[in-house]
Amino acid sequence: MNLNELSILSLYSAMGVYAFSFIAFSIDLARRSSAVDAAQCQAPLVAESHRSTAAGAGGGTTTLTRISARIAYDAATPYSHSASLRVGVSLIVLAWALHLAATVLRGIAANRVPWANMYEFAMMGTLLIVAVFLIVLTRADLRFLGTFVTGLVLILLGVAVLRFYVEVAPLPPALQSVWLVIHVFVASLGTGFFALGFALSTVQLVQFRQESLLTDAMEVRLRFLATLPSAATLENLAYRVNIIGFILWTFTLMAGSIWAERAWGRYWGWDTKEVWTFIIWVVYAGYIHARATRGWRGSRSAWLAIVGFAAVLFNFGVVNVFFKGLHSYSGL
Amino acid sequence: MNDRVGPTVSRPYDHHDSRVAASGDRITEPPLDFIGWLRWFWRQLTSMRTALLLLLLLAMAAVPGSLVPQRTADPNGVTQYFADNPDLASALDKVQAFDVYSSVWFSAIYLLLFVSLIGCVIPRTRHHLRALRAKPPKTPARLGRLAGFTTRDAPAGTDAAAAIDSARSLLRFGGYRVALFESGSEVSISAERGFLRESGNLLFHLALIGILIVGGFGSGFGFSGQRVLVEGQTFVNTLLAYDSFKPGRFFDEERLDPYTLALDSFDVEYETLNLKAYGQPVDYTAGVTVAVQGKTARTDEVKVNAPLRVAGTDVFLLGNGYAPTITVRDPKGNIAFTDSVPFLPQDANLTSLGVVKVPDGLAQQLGLTGFFYPTQAKAQSGAYFSSFPDLEYPMLTLNVYAGGLGLDAGVPASVYALNTDKMTQLTGGDTGTKSLELKPGQTQELPNGLGTVTFENADSGATDGDFSGSVLRFASFDVNNDPAQGWVLLFSVLALLGLLTSLFVPRRRIWVKAIRRENGSVCLEYAGLARGDDPALEAAVFTLAKRHNAVLAPTPPSTQTTEPI
Repeated sequence: MNLNELSILSLYSAMGVYAFSFIAFSIDLARRSSAVDAAQCQAPLVAESHRSTAAGAGGGTTTLTRISARIAYDAATPYSHSASLRVGVSLIVLAWALHLAATVLRGIAANRVPWANMYEFAMMGTLLIVAVFLIVLTRADLRFLGTFVTGLVLILLGVAVLRFYVEVAPLPPALQSVWLVIHVFVASLGTGFFALGFALSTVQLVQFRQESLLTDAMEVRLRFLATLPSAATLENLAYRVNIIGFILWTFTLMAGSIWAERAWGRYWGWDTKEVWTFIIWVVYAGYIHARATRGWRGSRSAWLAIVGFAAVLFNFGVVNVFFKGLHSYSGL
Repeated sequence: MNDRVGPTVSRPYDHHDSRVAASGDRITEPPLDFIGWLRWFWRQLTSMRTALLLLLLLAMAAVPGSLVPQRTADPNGVTQYFADNPDLASALDKVQAFDVYSSVWFSAIYLLLFVSLIGCVIPRTRHHLRALRAKPPKTPARLGRLAGFTTRDAPAGTDAAAAIDSARSLLRFGGYRVALFESGSEVSISAERGFLRESGNLLFHLALIGILIVGGFGSGFGFSGQRVLVEGQTFVNTLLAYDSFKPGRFFDEERLDPYTLALDSFDVEYETLNLKAYGQPVDYTAGVTVAVQGKTARTDEVKVNAPLRVAGTDVFLLGNGYAPTITVRDPKGNIAFTDSVPFLPQDANLTSLGVVKVPDGLAQQLGLTGFFYPTQAKAQSGAYFSSFPDLEYPMLTLNVYAGGLGLDAGVPASVYALNTDKMTQLTGGDTGTKSLELKPGQTQELPNGLGTVTFENADSGATDGDFSGSVLRFASFDVNNDPAQGWVLLFSVLALLGLLTSLFVPRRRIWVKAIRRENGSVCLEYAGLARGDDPALEAAVFTLAKRHNAVLAPTPPSTQTTEPI
């Protein structure tokens, strides 16, 4: 068995473990709903007190200094102890280690950085999505996003192994540059942050709707949402994650221009991939401005973050494969 | 939030940090005169909502340019599009769909965006410069509703003024600007920090304007030219020597430095060990000799990601292929044509297509179209193809046309295309005569006794069966000069720095208030206000309160923490 076969084996194992992690996180979401039911029997007014806290965003207490603590506090129904949640996290860490091994082995097998075609972009990009998620977990309790992250990564890896797989090949002259290492890596890292920002913005929208329903004393479904942070907290978190993504994307754009100048003799030429990288940059710039525009905070800006990530996925999955342009390195 | 402190008038009226106009304003607005309308228009144009709308419009307007081929990025694609969908193409052309990024509508959006940006940035810069010298604003009467509000009882015997004085030193040490306020029984300190946040924001936006101006106008002084060189050929950097040349708007021919560039060799390395990537190119190296006027010639090389910088221009290696040397003689053996003709690669194994035109020296004008296969192989259908990009078993096939080449009309014609309208095909196709097939060094008779054609072997001393040097290669070079790109890079770096500071430096105000009670004890209040996103504000207030108390009571204190209201 050569190194590439070992890499594939490791990747399949990682996908298996991600799947189990997905199941554990799903069970956790189901348990959250029953936890909310139980809590509501004891204290029917929890939701009421919760809304007043969420509205008075300025009101702090001396004990709450860490973001994670604030999130736990912010949720209508406090919820943190769950066996399935712990299992989910352990499994995603294990799967990530296997995923990392697969990526490193592919790099050693190819004797270069393992991001030079669609298969490798997908493998490395999803690795970074999970890495960003795990790093953010150490700062804030976003474990409720476990189903989203493992689900997204499973789908992308599934497409990668079924549709994008190519054999190990040396770098064509056009990719033999130090900028391949920098430009592509930073772009993938930015994608990791945008993915997380997308998830937070989506939950924010759902949560906002739930809060409106509660205000109007309407019947609610998706009861587990009560264990999640308030829409306002989710919006702030999404913003912080997305601005890191935006800075990385700005750098991607600049590094790409420098590389384009060295390889093609011009720093900007409206190549299809350049166009889409620009569109994504402008959409997220719009998102940041929307957050500072009266009437656009909250749900409207969240929609922009969602459109932005949709454009990121489009840029990766459609522009790379189907559009004609200079960035035709999909290897397909 | 109406209780925001300090002037924010410089921001667009609909910035979420600006004061909300009193609701009565709208109703009592007097009828607008012309100046009034201009004012209103300017206010709208420089509002956040307009900027946002223009940003989203810009993103949407950029999309069509990725769906339809663009003249600048893909001119052949545009030609093909016109051939495939003539009606649709001419309709699209009317709305400038093939020149999206220089179109009227795209330009209108980004120019409006930049006018809006300038209209927003200038007053903000003015305001920011003033704010840099201003004193922190007066302490609000009630701190209770502000972020991180904390109250503590000062250790017994603490003097209010002294307590505030120590808080002042702590805040100044932490980079805050401070101002002292006193009223009745209260002494307070107002502190502010993070002006770098707004500085970064302004720097970012100013740098974007810089990129637009420098990139838009600066590049007009440069040029971009293309030239194909066969191994052994030399090029002089003058206008006439280029195959194609695109000057900038303000380009001056005088600025071309007439250096010479000779292509001595072109080396290609193909993957042969990894069978799954067999034949994939691994390296292209163009060995060149450069001679700048007044300097001794030097040898150098150009690679794909390593351009050659010479005399203010950058030479890029963009393409390459084979240039078979073909000689045509009349029946008496006089040479009518001899040259190395670049054949354009059609696939990864360099099956290449080329054209030879022989206008003089024969009984009729002659045109040859041919395929060159570096390693010729035969498909089951009998068609030839190339199975490897290097010269293992080279073969040239030629179809012969005789008649009028159409060169005398004075209409410019591509050297890579043959117009056969007024020509008769003599070999290949339906003529019943086989196409001419030549290996390096071979000569064949032309039909109708027109003469002979020879595929010259470039490496005449090679042993039998060794074709590795039998055909010359060509390289196509891009020679570029863009005097503005260094400036664009500078502004981009400034933009990135501005972005980093504007998003990560927290701008905040902190207040510490000491209130003397009737009984002589002192109560301390701490609170903060974020100006923009500031996740660490509350923590900063708590830390300050803790450290301040530690300073006031060096010995373990009996302080009591009160929960907020």
